[in-house]
Amino acid sequence: MHLDHSVETQRTVRTKKKVKRSPKAKRQERAFWLFISPWVIGFICFTGGPIIASLFLSFTSYDIVSSPIWVGLGNYIHLFSDFLVLKSLSATAFYALLAVPFTIILGLLLAILLNQKVKGQAFFRTAFYAPSIISGVSVAFLWSWLLNPDFGVVNSLLKQLFGIDGPNWFNSTNWVIPSMALMQLTAVGGTMVIFLASLQQLPKELYESAALDGAKGWAKFIHITVPLISPVILFNTIIAIIGSFQIFTQAYVITQGGPDWHSYFYVYYLFDTAFSQYRMGYASALAWVLFIIIFVLTMLSLFVSRRLVYYEYENK
Amino acid sequence: MTTQSKKNYVHDEYGWIRKIMIYVLLILGLAFFLLPVVWMLSTALKTLPETQAFPPKWIPSFQWHNFVQVFKEVPFGRFTWNSVWYTIVTVCSTTFFSAFVAFGFARLKARGKAVLFGIVLSTMMLPPQVTMIPQYLIFNKLGLVDSYWPLIIPTIGGSAFTIFLLRQFYMGLPKELDEAVEIDGGGYFTIFFRILLPLSMPGMATAAIMEFMYRWNDLIGPLIYLSTPDKYPLALGLANFTAAFAQTPWNLLMAASIIAILPPLLLFFFAQKYFIRGIVISGTKG
Repeated sequence: MHLDHSVETQRTVRTKKKVKRSPKAKRQERAFWLFISPWVIGFICFTGGPIIASLFLSFTSYDIVSSPIWVGLGNYIHLFSDFLVLKSLSATAFYALLAVPFTIILGLLLAILLNQKVKGQAFFRTAFYAPSIISGVSVAFLWSWLLNPDFGVVNSLLKQLFGIDGPNWFNSTNWVIPSMALMQLTAVGGTMVIFLASLQQLPKELYESAALDGAKGWAKFIHITVPLISPVILFNTIIAIIGSFQIFTQAYVITQGGPDWHSYFYVYYLFDTAFSQYRMGYASALAWVLFIIIFVLTMLSLFVSRRLVYYEYENK
Repeated sequence: MTTQSKKNYVHDEYGWIRKIMIYVLLILGLAFFLLPVVWMLSTALKTLPETQAFPPKWIPSFQWHNFVQVFKEVPFGRFTWNSVWYTIVTVCSTTFFSAFVAFGFARLKARGKAVLFGIVLSTMMLPPQVTMIPQYLIFNKLGLVDSYWPLIIPTIGGSAFTIFLLRQFYMGLPKELDEAVEIDGGGYFTIFFRILLPLSMPGMATAAIMEFMYRWNDLIGPLIYLSTPDKYPLALGLANFTAAFAQTPWNLLMAASIIAILPPLLLFFFAQKYFIRGIVISGTKG
């Protein structure tokens, strides 16, 4: 009975699709599903399912204890009048505005420097990259100590060497965001390595023919290097934007969002809303807005770069 | 031959000035990158009054017992152990399951495969904040909050980035290997476990190191799920380190930070090429 039924369905499938699948192909397809089954389970339970749940929750008011109450667009409307949304978004945008160009320019300059043929090249490459191993909480404390207004080595050196009274860094409403961006100095290694890898792949012939035409170092950089690595610049920029909008650890460890909310970043606000106040519905709406912001910024980068990025295959 | 040497001669006219400038910049850069780390180590070996000296003292009085003190002031040994086992479990689990899934995508033909792989890649774009809340609610319902389960269980799905990385790696291995096994009567499991898995160890190492760095440093995951201090991993224990003191003990805090970065740093010095490869692959996928 059971056997007959399965033969029947197979026949109908076959006549519908008009494709004959060999037993080997079928066996392979079953094996494929078996091999990817961990991902399928993980996706349904921890990504796909939660995406739908999150979207639903964002239209409700939910405090975990009582069941969710449908509020329609209430959460999204409330966002526009929420002072802390404005405050945290502007803090995050200001940070991204400083940190993204800083990371890209510094990463590119260091990569060019490390691409020069000099003795000890391997040593310099390791030494420049090594600090980016230190990340998370440790690097936050390190910078908090380096930039300590009273006993920090940076302000002490500024006083000692230049007679300048350094700013209050993380304790100053004006300097807290630039200080956070400055911390990228330790994290720039990753960006630098990606640039370095792309520089090493550049064809030498182009530089030689440019040199024959009398091109100097700067002209070669602007007219050959930058266009050729522009896809990598775009990639690093998008990654840096996404990373900047998710900044959390530094603020949580060093400033707790202060002084006076000036480093209360968007994800910090989202975290507090969800896990200190248990306003899960509103926090879900905040998460979706973050997704939309990141998505729009990525698309915008791709759109703006269409004229600026040079892809080799287009000219072939 | 003569034109070659002539060209070199012309090129080298200002070559030495350029060389010196490059070295000056390299050494300047080196100072910028290494001095913070040197300062961290120097502070860790000072007494508290020494940390507040002006002008700053670069050579400390070598208070090695600061490193012991850290373990006495807070349960730092406990945190270290939690971090070690949690990282090992999640790294092994993520890498293994990702490899398993990557094999399916790299080597087996099936309808809808391209679409499914597109979904894998697109999940990399999704900010984790979107799924964070429903995931918490699931584990809260299951009564698993304040344990490591919510951080470990999702690793059975692998990680999208690791799946992508290992799939690329498998695609680079010759398909004749699979055919040879099939002729010998071996199935897909034999191909995966006996041939591809051993051959892809460099790729696995790269993937495992990237996962290790993420797990070891992650703060927000443990922060959401763990509330009993005894269960904290290093990142979370370190973040709460100063809570036990009235005034920030910068010397002890730097010593504790050094202990926390020691495992990644050691790993880096032994497996440098895998680090660099992982970053380069993540950079060229776009």
